[in-house]
Amino acid sequence: MSVQAEAIAPRRKLGRAASKFMANRSAVLGGVLVVIFVLLAIGAPLFATHDPFQTSFTAIRKAPSAEFWLGTDELGRDIYSRMLFGSRASLMAGVISVAIAVLVGVPFGLLAGFYGGWIDAAVSRVTEALLAIPFLILAIALAAFLGPSLTNAMIAIGLSATPIFIRLTRGQALSVKTEDYVEGARAIGLPNVLIMTRYIFPNVLPPIVVQATITIATAIIAEASLSFLGLGQQPPNPSWGSMLNTAKNFMTQAPWMSVFPGGAIFLVVLGFNLLGDGLRDALDPRDH
Amino acid sequence: MSEASRAPAGVDIILEGHSLSKRFGGRGGFFESSPVVHAVNDVSLAIRKGETFAIVGESGCGKSTLGRLLLRLLEPSEGEILYQGQDITRLGAKEMRRLRRDLQIIFQDPFASLNPRMTVGAIIAEPIRLHGLARGREVNARVAELLRTVGLRPEYADRYPHEFSGGQRQRIGIARALAGEPKLIIGDEPVSALDVSIQAQVINLLEDLKGRFGLTLVIVAHDLAVIRHMSDRVAVMYLGEIVELSDVDPLYEKPLHPYTQALLQAIPSPVPQGRTERQLLQGDVPNPTALPSGCRFHTRCPHARPRCSEEHPPLEPVGEGRSVACHFWREIQAAAEHPGDPPLASATLDMRLELYRTYQTRKAEQAAPHHNPTGGQP
Ligand SMILES: Nc1ncnc2c1ncn2[C@@H]1O[C@H](COP(=O)(O)OP(=O)(O)O)[C@@H](O)[C@H]1O
Ligand code: SF4
Ligand SMILES: [Mg+2]
Repeated sequence: MSVQAEAIAPRRKLGRAASKFMANRSAVLGGVLVVIFVLLAIGAPLFATHDPFQTSFTAIRKAPSAEFWLGTDELGRDIYSRMLFGSRASLMAGVISVAIAVLVGVPFGLLAGFYGGWIDAAVSRVTEALLAIPFLILAIALAAFLGPSLTNAMIAIGLSATPIFIRLTRGQALSVKTEDYVEGARAIGLPNVLIMTRYIFPNVLPPIVVQATITIATAIIAEASLSFLGLGQQPPNPSWGSMLNTAKNFMTQAPWMSVFPGGAIFLVVLGFNLLGDGLRDALDPRDH
Repeated sequence: MSEASRAPAGVDIILEGHSLSKRFGGRGGFFESSPVVHAVNDVSLAIRKGETFAIVGESGCGKSTLGRLLLRLLEPSEGEILYQGQDITRLGAKEMRRLRRDLQIIFQDPFASLNPRMTVGAIIAEPIRLHGLARGREVNARVAELLRTVGLRPEYADRYPHEFSGGQRQRIGIARALAGEPKLIIGDEPVSALDVSIQAQVINLLEDLKGRFGLTLVIVAHDLAVIRHMSDRVAVMYLGEIVELSDVDPLYEKPLHPYTQALLQAIPSPVPQGRTERQLLQGDVPNPTALPSGCRFHTRCPHARPRCSEEHPPLEPVGEGRSVACHFWREIQAAAEHPGDPPLASATLDMRLELYRTYQTRKAEQAAPHHNPTGGQP
């Protein structure tokens, strides 16, 4: 009877979230920015006009021109081409360090939130202690301890961001585990491991995705900061942060050396932040 | 174990609770200690194989807690649970998981009881796979059959719970509860979140399934109308205790405990215009963190006397398989039999019961050989 007619109408959850996201202009702008930077990073060799490592003593610190679109640096290398290749380091630093933070933080958060008791007490104490240290200070200290390299910088940033994901996941797991459907899972005799993977994890995922997107932006800034301090990408390999690091000595003589990498960091961070905010709104269950 | 929970000879007991108590709180964090909630106090009961056993009482009186204790979804503070004669109170996690196939639950809130990230098919297939009842394609066939059994279309297996109405979701919950081929199902107010018209359909579905699969049902309800025509026995709870236990007909015809009498008169009318302000139950339920002394009902009982606040009345057998926990039930009963007193059951109860009867008659009339098994649910 009417039962069949009624259930056909509503759209799928994902479809609804997608259409809500597309209706949000700043979210779409964020998504477009991120996609553009990712494409530029992937296609760097295609888009580059010069060899990013090619020095030229006849073209030192040249202002933007038809030949060098964004000018040249202190060794006469093309800034546009170096930025294209440098975007790889910046994006990778963002994505890989957040992946580390998620892979370490989410399981600990799930265990602490689901089991409670001494596991929770131990995990929460460590998390709170780490969260008391400012993120960037922690990343710098870890990177200095591990030694200067892009890989170590990513590990340092990832570990520094881990407590954020532990705390978020733990809090979400605490609230999800009191839902009737979790008790229903226990009622059919489902083992705890499966309750965590099938019931808790999928239901805490949306806020984690949102947090990850926003943390990528933070991680990109952190990588730039570490490179700026000489703890990230090592010369002659480019990254936006290391380009800023050398540009700081020529702020007045060659402002283009800092303006373009700085602007790129600003745009990609803005993109990830807008994307994260848009995802948060689109995945918000309260409107469903 | 009290007299009250002892079954007549020859009756098969499937699930028993012995002196079950459950307290919440007490030991708070390091700095604060929350007050102790006495949710269930020294409750004993024995559920007979194949019966429909109802647990009734106002919201907050410990019905859900008792149901969860019986399934060991909560650990009792005191007391034992016996399943088919075996003490399962201290059964290990692994053995308990195997046993869970037999003992299932249907939740009150159909919007909270299904995992929103799983399809209906996955929700129903989970117990089948978990307990190894089928493999591969056979699982899907079983899921389709279960959906049909509860009156839903098999195609719904691909959909997510949020696409369904409350009544449909409750049917999905029932299908999942059935999937493990249980022996006993506890329905924790399985219809109280649904419209009155849908309530009757879901109740009738449960009854059909009970007959078909030889189930034992324990139905928790906060008002007496829902369970009248489907229960065999009723336990009336007040503040964590059973105050009256009886076969269903005598309970409705001649309620012995003053609280049961009040509950019967408090049944709301199905039509808003018919709702009269009959405030028989004076005041609120006392706080379960500070239980009244003596008889827990004495703060609201119209028949209370000094003895009631001093001495706790035990649940005592009064013949015909009935038990009641009241010092003065005999006197109260004798007084009620005087002519001129108002009838104990309200007219609104009759109206509510009429709804179920009408539905059942209509269903019997529709029962043609090629009748669509989905019936007519909204
Ligand atoms: N997990 C819990 N923690 C603390 N108090 C609880 C918990 N569950 C239930 N209670 C309390 O126990 C009492 C009985 O609750 P419940 O069994 O849900 O009653 P009912 O199902 O009859 O409405 C209530 O006072 C309730 O607040
Ligand atoms: S014992 Fe007293 S207070 Fe309790 S129900 Fe009986 S008459 Fe009322
Ligand atoms: Mg309840």
